[in-house]
Amino acid sequence: MKNPGNGPPTLRDEIEPGKDNGPEKEQVMHRQAVVRQAELVISYVLRGGVLLSAAIILSGVALFYFRAFASGGYMTAASAFPHTLAGVEQGIALGNPLAIIVLGLLVLLATPVVRVAVSIVAFLLERDWRYVVITSMVLLILLLSFVLGKGGA
Amino acid sequence: MLAEPQLLFFLLVCAASVIAGLVGSLVGLGGGVFVVPLLTLAFGLPIQEAIGASIVSVIATSSGAAAAYVRDRMTNLRVGMFLEVATTLGAISGAFLVVIAPTAALFIIFGLVLLISSVPLAVKIGEELPRNVHDDRWARWLSLGGAYPDHKLGREVSYEVAHVPVGFSMMYVAGLISGLLGIGSGTFKVLAMDTVMRLPMKVSTTTSNFMIGVTAAASAGIYFARGDIHPLVAAPVALGVLLGATVGAKTLARLSNSTIRKIFIPLLALIAAEMLFRGILAV
Repeated sequence: MKNPGNGPPTLRDEIEPGKDNGPEKEQVMHRQAVVRQAELVISYVLRGGVLLSAAIILSGVALFYFRAFASGGYMTAASAFPHTLAGVEQGIALGNPLAIIVLGLLVLLATPVVRVAVSIVAFLLERDWRYVVITSMVLLILLLSFVLGKGGA
Repeated sequence: MLAEPQLLFFLLVCAASVIAGLVGSLVGLGGGVFVVPLLTLAFGLPIQEAIGASIVSVIATSSGAAAAYVRDRMTNLRVGMFLEVATTLGAISGAFLVVIAPTAALFIIFGLVLLISSVPLAVKIGEELPRNVHDDRWARWLSLGGAYPDHKLGREVSYEVAHVPVGFSMMYVAGLISGLLGIGSGTFKVLAMDTVMRLPMKVSTTTSNFMIGVTAAASAGIYFARGDIHPLVAAPVALGVLLGATVGAKTLARLSNSTIRKIFIPLLALIAAEMLFRGILAV
């Protein structure tokens, strides 16, 4: 349809309605199904990550306020919260509700990174090498920013 | 400390965050424009905690809406991923320049830039779909064009993408700003895609929605390590925004492109005002 340039053919260009595209058409249909499948997997991964984080945060919040009200409506001085991974692990082992909330927040903060990683797989399945490279670059820059952030903070 | 006022704070912030997530998911912004003033001005929290919570808000808006936007094929993942290279690089350079950058002056400059950008947007306020847009060389090479199902128009809308190099450069600046000023810069992303690259408004906002999450994730680690993400502040924000964004993502399909633009323009003005305000008061 619309691809006058020398760019790679895109899915929307490959099937021409009303024209018998032969066995190639089946291949393209198959690829379109793969793309759709990949989109749905990305969608499920996102939904799963979001629901998981919300569930963890909610249980931490519930535990926090249950304890606060159980102790006569006064909150104990347990307002210190962990801000390292090791601290979160220790806090959860001790049953600190704030550490549970932080764990839920970390799951949420990780969802975009997971999404980029899953997208690389999706582009691989689509055999879209250009975007495998581009998406890998984004993931690398993200990981680089974590390393730099750790050094700077 | 008494638990009751704490719980009241939790519920109020949660309720306000539902609205932030709802509106933010529709127009491709992260909700920082609501969350930061609410926490600092209304509840008197320190700015660092408010910005930490707004990073959480950005990611919650992005991830909360993304599942629906990907399933409904609204987001242009190629455009988002390609531009994200520029944004994340910009964010890293911004984080390095932050030590020497004149923050107050930057707030004023970019506040003014946003105000000026609202003019071309207001001119085409009633426009439903961009017309006479043709793929440039880059768009063809990267097969950036696409199609999305428009339930409001009742048909599949295919679109092409213009001025890719300018858009890419603007995204670098958008990343630079978020690294420098600690703001999400979803506004710049929507402006670049809508005004410069001429994508349909809904594609611009949903693609921005995808991008802001990735950009925010790049700096989330720093805020977490600094202890700026306070669980009792960030938890109500996260839960409220996730709920709002989920509802917003379901609503978007039923709204027209020009309606989305009408919601975006006053927000743009509000964000510009907030930036000017912070620049002048140097906070």
